[in-house]
Amino acid sequence: MNRLLVVSSSPHARDELTVRKIMGLVLIALLPAGVAGVYFFGLHAFWVIAVCVASAVGAEALWQRLNGRKVTVSDLSAAVTGLLLAYNLPPDISLFMAAAGSAFAIIVVKQLYGGLGKNIVNPALAARAVMLTSWPVPMTTWSLHGVTGPTPLALLKGVEGTGSLPPLIDLLVGNVGGCIGETSAALLLLGGLFLMWKRVITWHIPVVYIGTVAVLTAILHRPSGISMGPLYEILAGGLFLGAFFMATDYATSPMDHSGQMVFAFGCGLITTLIRFYGGYPEGVSYSILIMNLTVPLIDRYFTPRIFGAKREVKS
Amino acid sequence: MGPPALVLHPTQRGLLGVSFSLLSGNPKLKRWPKDPKVSNFYIMEVGEMALPTFRKGVHPPHGKGHTEECPVQWIDPGSELVFPMAQHIGAPCKPLVKKGDRVLVGQKIGDNDAYVSAPIHSSVSGIVKEVSQRLVASGAMDTCVVVENDGQYELDPSISPRPDWEDLPADEIRRIIREAGIVGMGGACFPTAVKLTPPPDKKVDHVIINGAECEPYLTCDDRLMRERGDRVLLGLQIALKLFPQGVKGVVALEDNKPKAIEAMRGYLDRLAIQNVTVQPVRTKYPQGAEKMLIYAVTGREVPAGGLPADVGCIILNVRTAYAIWDAVVNRMPVIDRIVTVSGDAIKEPKNLGVRLGMSVRELIEACGGFSVEPLKVIMGGPMMGVALSDLNVPVVKGTSGILAFSEALARLGEEENCIRCGKCVSTCPMGLLPYQLNAEVLRRNYDEFERLGGMNCIECGCCAYACPARRHLTQSCRDGKRTILARRRKGGA
Repeated sequence: MNRLLVVSSSPHARDELTVRKIMGLVLIALLPAGVAGVYFFGLHAFWVIAVCVASAVGAEALWQRLNGRKVTVSDLSAAVTGLLLAYNLPPDISLFMAAAGSAFAIIVVKQLYGGLGKNIVNPALAARAVMLTSWPVPMTTWSLHGVTGPTPLALLKGVEGTGSLPPLIDLLVGNVGGCIGETSAALLLLGGLFLMWKRVITWHIPVVYIGTVAVLTAILHRPSGISMGPLYEILAGGLFLGAFFMATDYATSPMDHSGQMVFAFGCGLITTLIRFYGGYPEGVSYSILIMNLTVPLIDRYFTPRIFGAKREVKS
Repeated sequence: MGPPALVLHPTQRGLLGVSFSLLSGNPKLKRWPKDPKVSNFYIMEVGEMALPTFRKGVHPPHGKGHTEECPVQWIDPGSELVFPMAQHIGAPCKPLVKKGDRVLVGQKIGDNDAYVSAPIHSSVSGIVKEVSQRLVASGAMDTCVVVENDGQYELDPSISPRPDWEDLPADEIRRIIREAGIVGMGGACFPTAVKLTPPPDKKVDHVIINGAECEPYLTCDDRLMRERGDRVLLGLQIALKLFPQGVKGVVALEDNKPKAIEAMRGYLDRLAIQNVTVQPVRTKYPQGAEKMLIYAVTGREVPAGGLPADVGCIILNVRTAYAIWDAVVNRMPVIDRIVTVSGDAIKEPKNLGVRLGMSVRELIEACGGFSVEPLKVIMGGPMMGVALSDLNVPVVKGTSGILAFSEALARLGEEENCIRCGKCVSTCPMGLLPYQLNAEVLRRNYDEFERLGGMNCIECGCCAYACPARRHLTQSCRDGKRTILARRRKGGA
C-alpha cells in the first residue's frame, strides 16, 4: 500500500443516482415527445428546441464564468430547462425569441436566485410567462401541417375561432395544434412512467394533479356548454407535460409526499378554474407558477411525523 | 397460511396498504422488476401477507453473496494483542494488570465500578507487554493493555462449565452477564446487563433477537445463526427468564437470509422451545435499527427520546445472545467473535472467527490480502461503519466486519447544491427533514436543529446514501447532535 486510506464519515455507500444522472434521465424521458413535436410541426420545431437548449447552456456557462463561479453546465440542468421551455413554445416561434426566453430563464429565474435548487419558480414556465406578455401574438399562434388554427382547448372554450374538435386518438398520438412538446399525451405518459421506473419522480404529483383535473372537469361545466368528458380534458393541452415534467421539478415542489399531494391538488384546481372560467384557454403554466410560490408555506406545514412523536403543528 | 383477511399489520396502515387489503384480503407487494436499485413499482400478489417492515428506508445492494456461503474459519492470533479499555458505551475500564504480569485466557484485565460499563478480558495467555496509548478504530489514541501471546492459550481457572445454570436466580444471571463483559455486539456496544435491567415500572413482554443484519456485505450473524443457532436460542431462553411470565421471544431476520430462517426454525423444533417464534421481516435498510425492528415486529413506536423498554421490548443482537449462553453455561467471557472480511479489494472474502485484540491487518492477511489497492477500509458495515486510517488497530467487541473497497466503489462524488429532490425526506426512517437539518448545522443554528427534532437522528445514513447531490447529510446531523450534547453537558456542569 503506497497511498493513504481515505477517511470519511459514514455512510460509505451511495446510491447510483447523481444530479447529472437524474437530469440525463429527464432528457431521455422527454425525447419521444420532442420527436413527435418535430414530426407533427415540422423541422422548425427542431430548431426551436436546439436553440433553446443551446441558449440555456450557453447563458449558464457565460453567467457563471463572468461571475467567477464554477461552471456547472455538466450537471445537465440547464439543458433540461432549455428543453422544457422549447416544449412550451409554439412551433413557429422565432428563433430569436426562443433564445432570449431561454437566456431569461437561466439568468433571471435561476442564477439570480442562487443557481440550481435555489430558484423559487420553475425557470421554463416563468420565461414562458414573460414571453407571453412580451410577444403575445407569436406566443399564441398555433399551426398544424402549415395551417394556423385554434388548439383543442381554445375550441372547448368556445371563444376563439371555429372548427371541429379533433378526435381523442389525435390527442393521444399528438396530431393536434399546441406547444411543441405537449402534443402527444401518450409519449409524455411513456416518459413519465420511465421517470417513475427510474426513481426520478414518484406518483404523488402527477397522479394527484391529473386526478384532480379529471374529477373537477367531470363535476364542473364549461360556460361554453361544450363537453367532451374528463378523459378528453386531461389529454388536451399541456397537462401531461406539466404534471409529469414541470410540477415535479424538484426545486419548486414540496419536499414531503404529503406536501407534494397538496401542491398537486392546488395545481389541478387552478388549472381547471383557468381552463373553465379564466381568460386563457390553458391554465397549466400559471397554475404551476402560482403553486410554486406556495411551496415554502407547504413545506412548513406538511412535514413527516417524527417516528415516536405525537403530531404537532409546527409554527 | 396467512392471517385472516382484513387484519392489517400495523406497517400496512398506509392508504395503499388499506386499499390493497380491501381489494385482495391478503396482499403481498412485490417489487417489479425485482431489483430494488432500478424499481419503484410494486405489483401485488394475492395469497400471502406481506412481510412486516417499517416506513421509508433504502435498498442498498446488499453484497452478501461474497461471504454468505463461507463457513466461519477460526484463525490464530499473532504475537501481540491489543485490548482497548473502552469497547463499550459508558465508563471506560481501568486496567487491572501492569507491565510484566502474566494473564490467562478469559482473565479480567480491565474493569470499572460504574453502573454503565463492561469489563475487558484477555483473549490469550501471555505477558502484559505494556499498558499504553494505542491507536484504535475511531482514529484516536486510547488506553490499551498490550499482551504478548505465548501461544499456550491457558484458560483462566475460573472458566469451567456451570452444571447448575438452569437454576440461577435472575440477579445472578445479570451479574454473570456483566462480569462476562457482554455488550451489544451488533456494533452499538451498550452494556447488556444494563439493558436487561429496565426500570421496574416498565413491563417487558418481548425479547427480540436482532438477526436482521441489514448492513450490506455483513454475513457474520447469518453464519452464526446457521451454524450455532441453537446456542443463540438457549441464550435467548436465559434472557427470557429475567422477565415475568408470559414474555415472548422473537427471532427477527430479513428475508434475504432464507437459509438462516430455515435453520432457526429447525433449531426451534429440535430444542422444543414453545415461547419463541421466528419472524422474517422485509429486507430493507435499516431494518436492524432497534426502533425499526420493534415497529416491524410489534407495531409499537418507541417514543421519541425513549428506550425500547418504554414499549415493553428488549432487543439483543444474535452474537449477544450467544455470548449470554456462553457466559452462563460455560463461564466464558467475551473474548472472541465472528468478523466478516469482505469488499471488492479483498482477495478472498471470508467469515473469520477471531480472538478480540487481533489487528485488522492480521484479518486481512488471513483473507489473502488485498486484490487491488484499497481506497477505504471500514470497520463495521458500509452504512454505519468507521473508516480506518490505519490497519494496525485492534478488533473489538463491536467489530462485525472489515470491508475494503477499491476506488471504484469507495469514491464519493463532490458535494453539490441541494436540488430539493426530497429523497432524504422520503427515506429518513425517523421522519426527519435531513436537508433542513443540514442547512441549520451549516449555519451553526443548533437551536433550530434541536427544534426540528434533529436529536432523534439514528445516524443510519439513509439520507446521505440517497442524496444525488452527495451532500454530507448524516455527517451534519452527527455534528448537530454532538454539539448539542456537548452544550448540555457544559450547561449542566
